[in-house]
Amino acid sequence: MSTLATPVRAAATPNYLTSERGILSWLLTTDHKRIALLYVFSVTAFFFIGGFFALLMRLELVTPETDLVSPHTYNELFSMHGIIMVWFFLIPSIPNTLGNFLIPMMIGAKDLAFPKLNLASWYVFMLGGMVTLWAMFRGGIDTGWTFYTPFSTVYSQTYVTGAALGVFISGFASIMTGLNFIATIHRLRAPGLTWFRLPLFVWSHYATSVILVLATPVLAVVLSMVAVERIFQVGIFSTPLGGDPVLFQHLFWFYSHPAVYIMVLPGMAVVSELVAAYSRRPVFGYTFVAFASIAIAVIGFLVWGHHMFVAGQSVYSALYFSLLSYMVAVPSAIKVFNWTATVYKGSVSWETPMLYAIGFIGLFTIGGMTGLFLAALGIDVHVTDTYFVIAHFHYIMVGGTVMAYLGGIHYWWPKISGKMYPEGLSKLSALTVFLGFNLTFFPQFVLGYLGMPRRYAAYPAEFQYLHILSTAGATILGAGYLMPLCYFFWAWRHAPEAPPNPWRATGLEWQTPSPPPKHNFEVTPVVTHNAYDYEGMKEELGLD
Amino acid sequence: MNSLQLLPESASTFANEWNWLFWMLVALCGFVATGIAVLLIYWVVRYHRKREDELPVQIHGNIKIEAAWSLIPLMLFMGMFAWGARVYFRMERPPDNARAIYAIGKQWMWKFQYVTGQREINTLHVPVGEPVKIIMTSQDAIHSLFVPAFRIKQDVLPQRYTTIWFQATKPGRYHLFCAEYCGTKHSGMIGWVYAMDAHEFQLWMEQGGAEGSLASTGEKLFHQFGCATCHHFDTQGACPMLRDLYGRPVRLTSGETIIADETYLRNKILNPRAQLIEGFQPIMPTFSGQLTEEQVVALIAYIKAIGPRPGTELPVSPGNAPSNYGSQQGIAGPEATSISGSKPRDR
Repeated sequence: MSTLATPVRAAATPNYLTSERGILSWLLTTDHKRIALLYVFSVTAFFFIGGFFALLMRLELVTPETDLVSPHTYNELFSMHGIIMVWFFLIPSIPNTLGNFLIPMMIGAKDLAFPKLNLASWYVFMLGGMVTLWAMFRGGIDTGWTFYTPFSTVYSQTYVTGAALGVFISGFASIMTGLNFIATIHRLRAPGLTWFRLPLFVWSHYATSVILVLATPVLAVVLSMVAVERIFQVGIFSTPLGGDPVLFQHLFWFYSHPAVYIMVLPGMAVVSELVAAYSRRPVFGYTFVAFASIAIAVIGFLVWGHHMFVAGQSVYSALYFSLLSYMVAVPSAIKVFNWTATVYKGSVSWETPMLYAIGFIGLFTIGGMTGLFLAALGIDVHVTDTYFVIAHFHYIMVGGTVMAYLGGIHYWWPKISGKMYPEGLSKLSALTVFLGFNLTFFPQFVLGYLGMPRRYAAYPAEFQYLHILSTAGATILGAGYLMPLCYFFWAWRHAPEAPPNPWRATGLEWQTPSPPPKHNFEVTPVVTHNAYDYEGMKEELGLD
Repeated sequence: MNSLQLLPESASTFANEWNWLFWMLVALCGFVATGIAVLLIYWVVRYHRKREDELPVQIHGNIKIEAAWSLIPLMLFMGMFAWGARVYFRMERPPDNARAIYAIGKQWMWKFQYVTGQREINTLHVPVGEPVKIIMTSQDAIHSLFVPAFRIKQDVLPQRYTTIWFQATKPGRYHLFCAEYCGTKHSGMIGWVYAMDAHEFQLWMEQGGAEGSLASTGEKLFHQFGCATCHHFDTQGACPMLRDLYGRPVRLTSGETIIADETYLRNKILNPRAQLIEGFQPIMPTFSGQLTEEQVVALIAYIKAIGPRPGTELPVSPGNAPSNYGSQQGIAGPEATSISGSKPRDR
């Protein structure tokens, strides 16, 4: 991290990177932009740890027998992959990096409402991450990321309590961030920046924050109940002790389904910005897209039972959850249509972030539509707990969120680092990620359709061709992810300097130098335009 | 390496309904997704930026278009919901004449017990053309019985019975999987379902090595564990009378009325104090830890087999089972027809 503060730009006016120096100036910073970078490093590390587990799983699955690792190790691999990726990459990925960096800048504020709470959230997050990693290296955990009882509380011989404790701790970081964003968006908007002038990035993060604050406590409750039952043998979920195992599933999914929207709403936030900027058009149907985010956050709380259609709940609750699941699909569909319409008659450039945005729209559409299959009760019976579900949520989480994250990192890279990124190489990596992703996960739809259950270390031989395709895809995908890691490190020092607004975009974040000064703006801006008002700002942006 | 397979086996009455709905969804979603992709790519190419400072025409939205692409998907979604629910309801409602087979899932095997006494591990023989209902419980973690060729799946829970049913349409050998992660050898908790023609199935049943029907095993246990000292059939002792109990409503001291189904009978045997019956002292000891899941299933089969009227011959001896022996109707009499309105028998 000390390399960040080396005196490359000593002559220039100090910015947030150069205004203070030394490792302590980073570890004790309350600057939202520096904390965002701390999060970038952390979640990147967790992403590659989780990715490493995934790669080992894919290698094991090249052959039908368990030959590379033992079944127990395989079970630990998918458990640790899920836990790391969900709680230590996907949940914080966009909100705590891009959200943290950009929300104050987009609303013309100097920082978040509670800068110290922001720093505290990073420490809490890291503490949670370290506890979970410690549990994993002490002996691992084999419950799956879902911690289903009574397996997790009675039968598993692994470090369940340690891993759950780490997730429990990191939940508080989520709550802190959510609170901070809500307070910031309510209280710190620049003069003239009304709610309906906010960029859609902010709307979507507002919806995300509401879920973070309301849902995460339920996760804390359910994980502490697992720990209590495991340690003290109190009957909560375990039947021999008098508990109800299905109660766990209700509580777990009451958090974990909204958590899906914690993961994907920020991705939608990024894509709204990218599509507008690279089409030079306001997002089609701004208010519909804004309220779609809120609708997703609200209805998202009412659909958790669709994870349990074969778990033994009554047919009438299944009906209710199926109906509500179709309802929550409507706002997502509205967003996809509006993004597509935004491109129509735009001035579309093909820079890397736009490629990622187009990739997001395509893959999110496939992920969302296969969700319609899973919401159909009769269809779900066959495909639930199979690779169809695995493929479905990876299309949302990886095809959606990770594509949006990479697109966003490229788009705001000039602002964050003050440097450009290598355009040709980044286009190549975007293409590699897209192809590798589809090759990895499309065959998994077919596998699930054929009846291949998930979480199987060994499998019948007739599934082998599709598994080989998937593993080949994963290798390509891995290479696609390593490329940006390399060229961003290179670009930080060596790429050409970035102008304040390389894309001629409208957001307030582009109206301050790259990288921004410590307090973002020399003078608090007064907002007189709607979001994406290219027409009104054409002179300032040099458009004709 | 086997050859690449791209279509799953379809071997039950559900499979066709499922295939229809699945491919309808593929066609509809495929059409819409292709439409979006084609438009998006066409526009991205067609409206490629001509010059660096280009300002395109500014369009903000259109309320009619928004309404159309909100309401049309909503209506299509409601259609999918209704169709999906229809298929699901059929899957969730076993017909009354379904042949009952008991299944016990444990780490990491499936045990099946036929009412006629045959037992199998990790294989299940079923007749083609006849509805079969599997009544399942788990001895440890949650499992899930999954037969892809039949398009059926149901979680198997400890301390509770869940059921699944199907009617095979094609003789053959089909995968049977555990679909709910249950520990180290989860992927080894697999087996085969053999669907056989009625005649072949009959032959298999005859050479199945049954040592007596499940109910007769239950009858032996009933005496062995001393149940018979308190529970009489035709005279009211200190304990509830068990004749014709199955499927009847029971009034509890809590004021609740519950139906005496498999799960209820199981709870009464293993945890009798949990649901006290109105009018009876809580004197029954628990048999938790003394009975295996297999023995509990046998006892329940016996209680179900106790006929409705005094003097009716109990169909518990092996070899002379009626042809619809496995069905509930055949065993437990008219329980399915007169549940509502009848007085609890054990008061």
